[in-house]
Amino acid sequence: MKRFAQLIDQIDQTTKSNDRIKYIVDFLHDVNDEDKLWFVALFSGKRPKGIIKTSLIKEWIVEITNLPEWLFEQSYHVVGDLAETIALLAPDQPKKGVNQDTLSKIIFELNTLKDKGENAKKQFVKNFWLTHSKAENFVFNKLITGGFRIGVSQKTVVKALGKFLDKEDNTISHRLMGNWNPKEVSFYDLLVSEDANDDNSRPYPFYLSYALEGKIEDLGDPSDWQAEKKWDGIRGQIIKRDDELFVWSRGEELVTDKFPEFNELKENLPNGVVLDGEIIGWKNNAPLPFHNLQTRIGRKTVSKKHLEDVPIRLIAYDLLEFNNKDIRQQSTKERRNLLEDLVKTNASDTLLLSDALEFNHWDELKDIRLRARELYCEGLMLKKKYAPYGVGRKKGDWWKWKVDPLTIDAVLIYAMRGHGRRSNLYTDYTFAVWDNEELVTFAKAYSGLTDQEFKEVDRFIKKNTVDRYGPVRSVKAELVFEIAFEGIAKSGRHKSGIAVRFPRMSRWRKDKKAEEANTIEDLHQLLNVYGG
Amino acid sequence: MLDKKLLRLTNKGIYCEQADVYFDPWRPVDKAIISHAHADHARKGMKHYLCHDHSAKIINHRLGKSNIETLPYGKSTSINGVKFSFHPAGHVIGSAQIRVEYKGEVWVFTGDYKTEKDFITPSFESVKCHHLITESTFGLPVYQWEEEVILADQINNWWKKNVAEGFNSVIYGYSLGKAQRILSVLDSSIGPIYSHTAINHINELVKSNGYQLPETKPIAGANKADIKNAIIVCPPAMREPAWMRKVKPYRTAMCSGWMAVRGAKRRRNVDKGFVMSDHADWKGLNEAIEASGAENIYVTHGYSTIFAQWLSEKGLNAQPLKTEYEGETNDSNTDE
Repeated sequence: MKRFAQLIDQIDQTTKSNDRIKYIVDFLHDVNDEDKLWFVALFSGKRPKGIIKTSLIKEWIVEITNLPEWLFEQSYHVVGDLAETIALLAPDQPKKGVNQDTLSKIIFELNTLKDKGENAKKQFVKNFWLTHSKAENFVFNKLITGGFRIGVSQKTVVKALGKFLDKEDNTISHRLMGNWNPKEVSFYDLLVSEDANDDNSRPYPFYLSYALEGKIEDLGDPSDWQAEKKWDGIRGQIIKRDDELFVWSRGEELVTDKFPEFNELKENLPNGVVLDGEIIGWKNNAPLPFHNLQTRIGRKTVSKKHLEDVPIRLIAYDLLEFNNKDIRQQSTKERRNLLEDLVKTNASDTLLLSDALEFNHWDELKDIRLRARELYCEGLMLKKKYAPYGVGRKKGDWWKWKVDPLTIDAVLIYAMRGHGRRSNLYTDYTFAVWDNEELVTFAKAYSGLTDQEFKEVDRFIKKNTVDRYGPVRSVKAELVFEIAFEGIAKSGRHKSGIAVRFPRMSRWRKDKKAEEANTIEDLHQLLNVYGG
Repeated sequence: MLDKKLLRLTNKGIYCEQADVYFDPWRPVDKAIISHAHADHARKGMKHYLCHDHSAKIINHRLGKSNIETLPYGKSTSINGVKFSFHPAGHVIGSAQIRVEYKGEVWVFTGDYKTEKDFITPSFESVKCHHLITESTFGLPVYQWEEEVILADQINNWWKKNVAEGFNSVIYGYSLGKAQRILSVLDSSIGPIYSHTAINHINELVKSNGYQLPETKPIAGANKADIKNAIIVCPPAMREPAWMRKVKPYRTAMCSGWMAVRGAKRRRNVDKGFVMSDHADWKGLNEAIEASGAENIYVTHGYSTIFAQWLSEKGLNAQPLKTEYEGETNDSNTDE
């Protein structure tokens, strides 16, 4: 654990990714295979889950420190990270040499606690806190609370593993995909062995696009590019191997059970096929707005009503594996031909093809993009015809060209402190529009401003606080922001009865007074035109 | 809040009507008593300043030649029957708590203070009083400082490691206070020490008051070829100033109490954060308040609402006071 805490500390102490890779490689050299495996698991989102309730952990730290609970909560809001708050508050008394347990040993012990009573858990956690340094406590708390996100991207981990194992980054990325379980697999089998005993469900890393920069004409000859609608659903991969079917979401979550409609593909698709596409709600020959799909995927079990209200489809746009062969290195054009044949010869109601749009000049695409909302899409995708399927987010071969967002000028009326690098700064805001004399809320947003602007707004909030409700401050209604968003729907979440999708601050309207912000009528008008 | 009392809050600052003086006022007044020379406490435009001996030259340097009267620690002066004296606050060189006595009632205005000892600043001295006006910059239990010797080790070890890996070390600290403290802990056998012009100015003034500082070379005129294994002490800047190009390759570190929290460090985008503050930590604040024996506590800049509530729950008569002091600014791009 000490060595792992040291690594996290080192990673924290540098802003240079080459340094980080070097520190990880050094760490991998120093620790045993079980620790290596758990290191990889933790940074792939495979933390031991549900062992201790967060509320209990809070209770224990309050008990140890003898602080009133409200003061603990205030501290937490300022620090912005539960694990860190507890590490800062726990008495720091490293008893040298007392605890040399490895990372994997501690995780093993945590796992055995799962079925034990509250007292055993409390004993273990308190004892840990009192015998470890701040740095070790921080890492330990990260293990037992929220997500394990510590300033290292998976890309960095992949690069470090690639360097350590002397393998291609792409190979490592692929091996890390899917639902491998650190309790069942060894580091060797997962990453080292040449003939990986491949798990049937293992997906490929998704290729992700960047937003188009500059003018569309800069892409060169239109005939080099394939254009498709950019569908507004969730990205998914469907795998059919050995008569089994697996559905993966982009977040590397296995979601097969959430979409029973795809079961028929088990019959219709040949073995050794992996499709990349968009999972989307579909009714009366047209896509449903995203929020309909959202209500369905948010549930643990899919009800009959869901199946009737929001039937889903896969709109396939790429083929990654065919005849059990990884074909990602073939060109977009070749993969496209195979995909079209596959969809045509394996007719299924749930499988549609994302049509390639016909165009000869960029201007034709511009027209289509302007009509994107009528065409039930959020813009266009551009794919280079002669490029292979990439790994991760890379510039050059795929671009998304989204339609301009909808916008509303709204007044900032509540603020909360942010998390991570924005801890202690008020950066999470709630926005409202006018309903006659009253301001009614419709959106929360925390992105879109520069650091400088955030600092300015933070200062305004601290000087113009009207009231405090726990961590929330109500603020003098004065600042106006242009809020950009992608969709609009009825919702009980906000006072206005309306919710918007992906709201962010697109501009600080310093030129506008609060009275000049938009009204609830303006929102209703957008709802009528674009709402589902 | 403090109406009818010996000291009260006005829109110009904390005011003593009996003597017609203001403490660290934020608007121009006739007579100001200044706790220390940082910009949010010593402002331009006062007709008359009273401050500690070691703040005078710095105030003149920063605000232009001003009408300044000085007083050493422990000596008092009377204005219309009110007795004023300065007592070490341990914050920066020349920083003082201001003791005010009138008809047996004693008030202390702490200004900014730090209870932990360091190698250069005159140490904080507790002053008994009935009413205490205290800062609360780090008035949350998550803020706990290490001793100066441990900090000194951390900084020198970081410098050594950078030397071993072929990097120069750029260390940020405000030009009055933090910079001298950093210099006072550096082990000059590790490599050459450079400093920024703004810091050199303050260093000269501090030395003329009898303080010892290690030799530093000005970074301004230095040649790229000479800057090897070096540490460069400079005020924090939001953007990389031009001179930093000749220091490459380098690693950066920020010295501030805010570095105790990872998010604040990430926001500054420095490689290393040293938790070094000129303000009292949670423990220091609590100890100082207890040692003062005061029953009435007025909490100024910092987590004033939270800290006042904490003190109230402990049975003290505490309330927050809204001033315009900034404490250790979290994201300042100026030199204070």
